[in-house]
Amino acid sequence: MPDLDLQAEERINRSLNIVEEIATEKERAIQTICFHCGQNCEETHWLDEKVFCCYGCKTVYEILNANDLCEYYQLDNHPGISLRNIDDKNFLYLDEEPIRKKLTTFDSEDFAKITFAIPSIHCVSCIWLLENLQKIDHGVLRAEVNFVGKSVAIEFVPDRIKLSKLAGLLSSLGYAPQINLDADGKINRALTNPIVFKLAVAGFCFGNVMLFSFPEYLGLDQTDPFLIRIFSFLNLALAVPVFFYSGFDYLRSAAKSFKQRQINIDVPIAAGLIALFFRSAFDIMTNTGSGYLDSFTGLVFFLLIGRWFQSKTYESLAFDRDFKSYFPLAVQRMVNNEWRSVIIYHLSPGDLIQIRNMEIIPADSTLVDDYAFIDYSFVTGESRPVKPKQGDKIYAGGRLIGQPIQLIIEKSTSQSQLTSLWNNPAFGKANESKYKKIIDQSARAFTWVVLVIAVITAVYWRFTNSSQMWLVLTSVLMVACPCALALAAPFTYGNMMRVFGRNQFYLKNADVIERIAAIDSIVFDKTGTVTHGNKPKVEFCGKLSDEELGVIKLLTGSSTHPLSIMIAQSINKISNEKILEFKEMPNKGIQGIVNGHFIKIGSPEFVDATHLSDSQGSNVFVSIDGEVIGYFHIQTSLRKNIKGMIDRLGKKCDALLSGDTENDASAMKSLFTDHTLLFFNKSPHDKLEYIHNLQQHGKTVLMVGDGLNDSGALKQSDVGIAITDNVGVFTPACDGILNGHKLSSLDKFISLAKSSTVILKSAFVISFLYNAVALGFAVTGNLTPLTAAVLMPLSSISVVGFSSIAVNTVAKHKLK
Amino acid sequence: MGIIVILITISLSIALIFLGVFYWNIKSGQYDDTYTPSIRMLFDDKLKHESQNKKGKRDSRQL
Repeated sequence: MPDLDLQAEERINRSLNIVEEIATEKERAIQTICFHCGQNCEETHWLDEKVFCCYGCKTVYEILNANDLCEYYQLDNHPGISLRNIDDKNFLYLDEEPIRKKLTTFDSEDFAKITFAIPSIHCVSCIWLLENLQKIDHGVLRAEVNFVGKSVAIEFVPDRIKLSKLAGLLSSLGYAPQINLDADGKINRALTNPIVFKLAVAGFCFGNVMLFSFPEYLGLDQTDPFLIRIFSFLNLALAVPVFFYSGFDYLRSAAKSFKQRQINIDVPIAAGLIALFFRSAFDIMTNTGSGYLDSFTGLVFFLLIGRWFQSKTYESLAFDRDFKSYFPLAVQRMVNNEWRSVIIYHLSPGDLIQIRNMEIIPADSTLVDDYAFIDYSFVTGESRPVKPKQGDKIYAGGRLIGQPIQLIIEKSTSQSQLTSLWNNPAFGKANESKYKKIIDQSARAFTWVVLVIAVITAVYWRFTNSSQMWLVLTSVLMVACPCALALAAPFTYGNMMRVFGRNQFYLKNADVIERIAAIDSIVFDKTGTVTHGNKPKVEFCGKLSDEELGVIKLLTGSSTHPLSIMIAQSINKISNEKILEFKEMPNKGIQGIVNGHFIKIGSPEFVDATHLSDSQGSNVFVSIDGEVIGYFHIQTSLRKNIKGMIDRLGKKCDALLSGDTENDASAMKSLFTDHTLLFFNKSPHDKLEYIHNLQQHGKTVLMVGDGLNDSGALKQSDVGIAITDNVGVFTPACDGILNGHKLSSLDKFISLAKSSTVILKSAFVISFLYNAVALGFAVTGNLTPLTAAVLMPLSSISVVGFSSIAVNTVAKHKLK
Repeated sequence: MGIIVILITISLSIALIFLGVFYWNIKSGQYDDTYTPSIRMLFDDKLKHESQNKKGKRDSRQL
């Protein structure tokens, strides 16, 4: 028996062990998830037996714990916002008087009120924490969250907590406020509310007019003429605010179009409203009838409902305000004595930034260096560069020519400012959107056709059944409105642009999609486009001292050429000298005088070193005071998956134009198919000429290159796409900015652009069919104005809905 | 018939008052955020509850 006991004990022990193992396993699985933000932890920070993914998350927990606010974690699972990738923002500029005045709604020494937009509000816990802000800092009096608007209104005592500290506190909790000095949120409210109240007035009047029309509906006309007259005049009184307040937008829009000697889609609606209102008023005044005021007020009511519903739909589909569809841009900013690239909308006044040759000044700032040459042609159209001196103000939008400069930011940038710069007509392509033209013309022609049909219908009904004439006329005018036609294009292309933006392909405007769809030949640049900009192998063949290396880093760091950037990144010595007479020769190299030595870096011809050469990769030669010291040997790797993309594009791949020597020819030959012509040693001008030549032969050319060195070719091509790796250099000449690792999907983007034109055409057909069918019913008197008013917005919404759904389905299908 | 005129005047003016109230509501921003107040109401309840619970627990421990 003892044997059995032992066995049983062993078995129990074993199973206990297993249970324990499972438990620890489970624990481990749970523990690797950050207690604060719920993300997987790459590194772990421990506190109170809880694990955090980063220092930031841990700090937030500490703050909350110290203030007894840990209920935050009970309302929702892992509600926090990861602080892993958020860099410290400087909010000191908020304390400046004019900025504070602009942001606060009320401001005095012991009481101030401000509303911050906080995009990261996402759950119940966020509301709870933000509304308990006064427990963390006693300077805060009250905080109220608007969850729908993703904002928080805070009342605080400026004496106890400064505005910058308040913003910093929010930021340290993971709720960094998004501060936009250009526009305040109020504009939005002002836009949506009038339509609601106009709708309310129209609905109120519609209901009462129907009430007073009851005797008429019931056929009580002859009972009491006095009462009927009172009712009629009451109806008229109720219709007046509907005509002059609720329906005024239609009248104004129609009047505006007449002033410009044009005709727009609101004209038929306005004509219908005027016809009904004045005809009814005339009937009532002259006591010849009771008019059609119930139809009139109902018409305006349903029109406004449609408009309100449309505006709601558009809001949820809105693409312009989508933050992510903006292209990412970065500049070099000094952080702790080190240059780091920072996204431009994180720049704040007082920051020291460095601008390199050919880069655009991102924000209004003052010059730190002695002088600079700035080309303001994007802003003023004047192409001769100006020469500001130290301390002078330099305005956003200028482009630096020559040696690099350092600037101190004065004003924060707005992305919209740069977007508008990008859309400057100076960079526009001559061929305007084909569809836009067609739509504009057809909408106008359509309106005339509608008016003519309306007149004919009115004349016909005048002689057959004159009592129905006004109603039929109004229905015809209502139903034929081609609004759906006008909405199809902006929505299809706008949605497609947003889809592209989500996939890191940022387009200048919606017209570019149309042009991409028409592309039949593609030209590639090599360095930085087909080859990788990241992690190149850089070796120096020759001998250089540390000091010389530092000087070379200084010089190459001033240029934006992909090879310069690679060399500058590979050197970790720093020189504090100044560059004099810096010059960058496109496609040749850079030169400058540092510490009395004349240094040239660039191609063998440029440096007079044609006798030296290496077989593979790119070589960049260095000479000091005319003596060739050696060369950088740079081996760049091809981008991933690019071969597949080129194969899929097939015959469309027209050429590879490289500014480099033929060293890489064999690698390129194996990459491209036989259809593709390979050219080396091409200057920027050669590239431009080549594209121009292709266009002369009737080709529509898409050029893919790096933004600055190929800017001429990008501008000449029908669609110019600039490739960027992590740091976006702003290049207004291109039509689109594509993230480097998405280059392999270029063929998918092209096919998506093609699908969007198909979608657009289908939307046109739908809206046209709708108009034609409904018009048929209206002309024959089978459609009341009220039904017409309901149908009209429905058709617009169905077309908009069709295009949005179609675009998203196609995108999901193709970009997988 | 005079009574009907009076009744209509009364009904119209009441309706107009409601229209005015609606305008005031919009103006004062009552419709700007229809979600957060519903959540906020639950918080207050829970907070009190929680603190009472805590107090209760502490008390029992002391005992």
